Amino acid sequence: MLTTIGKRLLTVLPTLIGVIIVTFLLTRALPGDPAAYFAGPAASKEAVEQIRVSLGLDKPLPEQFIRYVKDLTQGNLGNSLSTGRPVTTEIVSRLPASAELTLLGLILSMMIAVPLGILAAVKQGSWIDHTCRVVATAGVSLPVFFTGLLLVYVFYYILGWSPAPIGRLDAFTSAPPNYTGFYLIDSLVTGNWETFRATLSQLILPAATLCIFSLAPIARMTRASMLAVLASEFVRTARASGLDGRTVIITYAFRNAMLPVVTTLGMVFSFLLGANVLVEKVFAWPGIGSYAVEALLQSDFAPVQGFVLTMAVLYVLLNLLIDILYGVIDPRVRLEG
Amino acid sequence: MTETVTIAPVAAPKHSSNSVLSHALYIMKDNPVTGLAFGLFALIALLALFGPYIVPYDPLASNTAQALKAPSMAHWFGTDQLGRDIFSRVIVATRLDFIIAIASVILVFIMGGFAGIAAGFFGGWTDRIVSRIADTIMAFPLFVLAMGIVAALGNTVTNIVIATAIVNFPLYVRVARAEANVRREAGFVQAARLSGNGDYRILLAHILPNIMPIMMVQISLTMGYAILNAAGLSFIGLGVKPPTPEWGIMVAEGAANIISGEWWIALFPGAALMIAVFTFNLLGDGLRDLVDPQRRT
Repeated sequence: MLTTIGKRLLTVLPTLIGVIIVTFLLTRALPGDPAAYFAGPAASKEAVEQIRVSLGLDKPLPEQFIRYVKDLTQGNLGNSLSTGRPVTTEIVSRLPASAELTLLGLILSMMIAVPLGILAAVKQGSWIDHTCRVVATAGVSLPVFFTGLLLVYVFYYILGWSPAPIGRLDAFTSAPPNYTGFYLIDSLVTGNWETFRATLSQLILPAATLCIFSLAPIARMTRASMLAVLASEFVRTARASGLDGRTVIITYAFRNAMLPVVTTLGMVFSFLLGANVLVEKVFAWPGIGSYAVEALLQSDFAPVQGFVLTMAVLYVLLNLLIDILYGVIDPRVRLEG
Repeated sequence: MTETVTIAPVAAPKHSSNSVLSHALYIMKDNPVTGLAFGLFALIALLALFGPYIVPYDPLASNTAQALKAPSMAHWFGTDQLGRDIFSRVIVATRLDFIIAIASVILVFIMGGFAGIAAGFFGGWTDRIVSRIADTIMAFPLFVLAMGIVAALGNTVTNIVIATAIVNFPLYVRVARAEANVRREAGFVQAARLSGNGDYRILLAHILPNIMPIMMVQISLTMGYAILNAAGLSFIGLGVKPPTPEWGIMVAEGAANIISGEWWIALFPGAALMIAVFTFNLLGDGLRDLVDPQRRT
């Protein structure tokens, strides 16, 4: 098992190389001239040219790429053109905000979606099945930015229950001491209930938005694969042998139905990271998604590269984890070296 | 004698089309939600076709005297900041969003589906190359990759379609690959091989039909996702440019007004977006029931 995981780790390398190349090419192909942007609208041609040279933008692409990779090995993602701050610092300080939001959203949605999917499959054709379909499908049909706006309208404008969508904390609460960067955990560890409550009240709407969004794919895939498994012969045999319904569904059917569900989980994560960008924009969340959007619209490519690379590394690791889970859940699927 | 000969060829296709139709009707009776989905799909298709000819106002004509008016008899969905009729804009936008979804799904189904089945079935180098491409795409947060592609290729509808297809490629590959992989050594495949079928014939005639139900669910999810993706891109300022009526950009135009209580500007295009995605997603489940061989018998 350990060797196969080690071998799988090696196969991650080409992916990462591919990612670096694609990112580099994509952001270099962005319209607009970064040198002209950095120099400002009033700059002369010579000044723009000087900046182009100092940024290394006058060199041929392969040379720029080598320079970029060399910087990467030193953990240097370059400086943002618009703020002048190093991208690495910015991303490291913003990452926990995004991670906290995404994870809470995913946990919430897993807790609801998996039982829902199983129930819908077991009672196929019943009103539960139809209701689940409609509810779960309605969830994924709501565009994340629209769900977010609706929640803001209802809970902020009409009911006044939640605070204004202005980031992780309101102006009156100070951030907890930085241990994990997750405000919920940090405030709990220090026993600061007021901060915990303030954090949660800011976090709950964006997290609910992400939860509603990711509910449907998980529930749908659970239902679809449970249906396929329930129609199979080994389940019929198990039933015919007199096993009770609970054992058949949980021990026999669910474990076999897990494979497509785990596949879906990888995709859901990818969707979530994308949806995160939109949710962060709606709720003015100071995460790395909103950082990347701002940079992209200003064709400031260093932050975009940094953002994409960070996400790529995270996501490749997640895929690795999912592949290993595959082997654990279904011994038929062997990890290929 | 001659009568039976002339009747037979006419009767045969009539019978078969009848049975397909009655099967579809049977499925819909069994599952009323599917019937609803097919109905909504027909409505969207009709609006996409005839929408621009039936709307009461010019979707681009602004009328500042009528700006920010709440829904009324004259303006069913109200008016936006420039006094444009939101109802007309929502209807006209149907065609653009519909075309983006259909085009990108067809493109990715052909690219991703076949690459995935081949990878899962043949394994080895085919698998390695296809998986590497898929992994590389998949290693990006999909939405951001789509942002990057549209930004790099240029802000056109064609590029939104291409970006959406590329971004969805790994999803098709993975599902098709996992399904084909599990069936590679299945009994029916071995039986087919033993009967002298070649690899490609087994792939197309035996494995492909078996994984169609799962691919159908995927198609419907992607169809919805394609619209959401395009709308999301225009929401953040990429993709479709104003003043073109498009659901995502209309929600973005109304986003600032939500906090001050003018809900209708964002709500109606958002609701239209939702209904369209909702329809495609329900349709997927319905199609699955329709093509699933296990349910057909």
